[in-house]
Amino acid sequence: MSFDPQALRRDFPIFANNPGLVYLDSAASAQKPAAVIDGVSNFYRTDYANIHRGVYRLSAKSTELYENARERVRKFLNAKHFGEIVFVRGATEGINLVAYSWGGAFLKPGDEVLLTELEHHANIVPWQILRDRIGFKIVAAPIDATGGLDLAKLEALISPRTKLVAVTQLANATGAMVPVETIARLAHAKGAKILVDGCQAAPRLAVDVQALDCDFYVFSGHKIYGPTGIGVLYAKKAILDAMPPFQGGGDMILNVTFEKTEFQEPPVRFEAGTPDISGAIGLAMALDYVDAIGRDAILAHEEALTGYGVDIVSRLPGVRLVGAGQHRLGILSLEVEGIHPHDVATLLDGHKVAVRAGHHCAQPLLDKLGLGATTRASFGVYNDERDIDAFAAAVKAAQRTFKTVTR
Amino acid sequence: MTMDLRDLYQDIILDHGQHPRNFHALAHPSHSANGHNPLCGDRVTIYLDLDGDKIKDVSFVGRGYAISQASASLMTEIVKGKTLAEADALFKSFHAKVTGGEEISLPSELEDDAERLEPLTGVKTYPARVKCATLAWHAFEAAVKSGALGATVKTE
Ligand SMILES: Cc1ncc(COP(=O)(O)O)c(C=O)c1O
Repeated sequence: MSFDPQALRRDFPIFANNPGLVYLDSAASAQKPAAVIDGVSNFYRTDYANIHRGVYRLSAKSTELYENARERVRKFLNAKHFGEIVFVRGATEGINLVAYSWGGAFLKPGDEVLLTELEHHANIVPWQILRDRIGFKIVAAPIDATGGLDLAKLEALISPRTKLVAVTQLANATGAMVPVETIARLAHAKGAKILVDGCQAAPRLAVDVQALDCDFYVFSGHKIYGPTGIGVLYAKKAILDAMPPFQGGGDMILNVTFEKTEFQEPPVRFEAGTPDISGAIGLAMALDYVDAIGRDAILAHEEALTGYGVDIVSRLPGVRLVGAGQHRLGILSLEVEGIHPHDVATLLDGHKVAVRAGHHCAQPLLDKLGLGATTRASFGVYNDERDIDAFAAAVKAAQRTFKTVTR
Repeated sequence: MTMDLRDLYQDIILDHGQHPRNFHALAHPSHSANGHNPLCGDRVTIYLDLDGDKIKDVSFVGRGYAISQASASLMTEIVKGKTLAEADALFKSFHAKVTGGEEISLPSELEDDAERLEPLTGVKTYPARVKCATLAWHAFEAAVKSGALGATVKTE
């Protein structure tokens, strides 16, 4: 099938409702296809009831759809077991769950958690909160001069004290790809576990958690054309089995008395209370949508757009592309000389070009790069080269307004 | 470009944003305050030298995008030499304009100054930017109210 962003765009009602919109902010959140919007709405219209415990038919149906969604995610990630998929609110909650439950039980003073300088705050702050409770050490593997992860330095930082390596697969602030498969091998060789933040990678490339051999993998539904409020934590069965609960409440119990409570098996042990039922079902529909296009086709599309974007942006006078190492995907972060990124984004908005400006929840990375903020354009299946042309033209117009570049 | 944006990015704002006036710290301020907008990272520090009720000198340093820096620059030019009551009246009227509040009438001798702030009122169609346009004024107010050095005000 040839990839046709213009045709795909018609699947996304936001574009019909906002004529002329040049949406280049999918890294923050992707737009939703009608299949997801209508699917969620139809679920509420026809099959909705609370799940589990319900003896009536509607509840059984709702439960079935919810658990089918879990199976859909299992297939999407090629996880071995259905029970390795835990529904959470998003990547942020997934990482907090791992920190609180796994970290709280297994990390000790003197241990180390190895992060990288490319991380989103969601993969930094939960570890700091836990560190302040337990007293282990957080170490950050540096980037190199090109903006990519320095793999040799990371390897040197993995020691017998390292209990966990927590890394992003694709840096949201710059688009730098990280070789997580290699890092998983390095971590395991030293007896450490690895958590992969797949927020930006999952929407752009095929993920196989068994091939990656990662211990934990998280991603957010809303960045992969699904609803907000739903995300996924994958963890290997043996690890999940050993983990204490995250939150307590209904659903996650076997038996409760005032003296003690017996907890459910995973994944239900980690899903206290009524979950985001329609979110999980909507996410499954989004994954269907993505797989119908084909993940190899999406990757090829994102790579082609990224190449085109790098080419166009590097030829803009007065614009500097922020380095992302050897392999960049789906995200361009840039500095426009003499114009603050918030001015750039505000002026671009005047041309209906939606981009993000700021620190992209990666302050340590921007500090390291010596930048306070950048302007970021990021791609989805509905973008094509014309969007990048419109972006470049709007940047030029901003430069004319600011008289920083007169040509 | 939409009309609102051309209104917002007028030459006067670009000029003050790129070449801010009174952009330095005062050697011996009687009051100062930091303003920070954590949402976008814009920062200004306002320095005041008050003589009783009179603003003898005022300056700022900061970083951020053109609107917040131009607003700070214009503010220092406008309030220098004024009384605190006059500065307060100008802030109230400016604030009302950018937030779409009820218009506040000013004594005729302040009308020219209010007029100079007019280009900044283009931010009213950009709710995310209103806090940046008023950041310097909030910091000014915090400096006066705290009666000391180094107060901090956050706008979100
Ligand atoms: C790499 C990365 N990790 C984590 C997150 C947090 O995702 P969420 O806010 O959906 O929990 C994001 C979202 O911006 C991200 O890009």
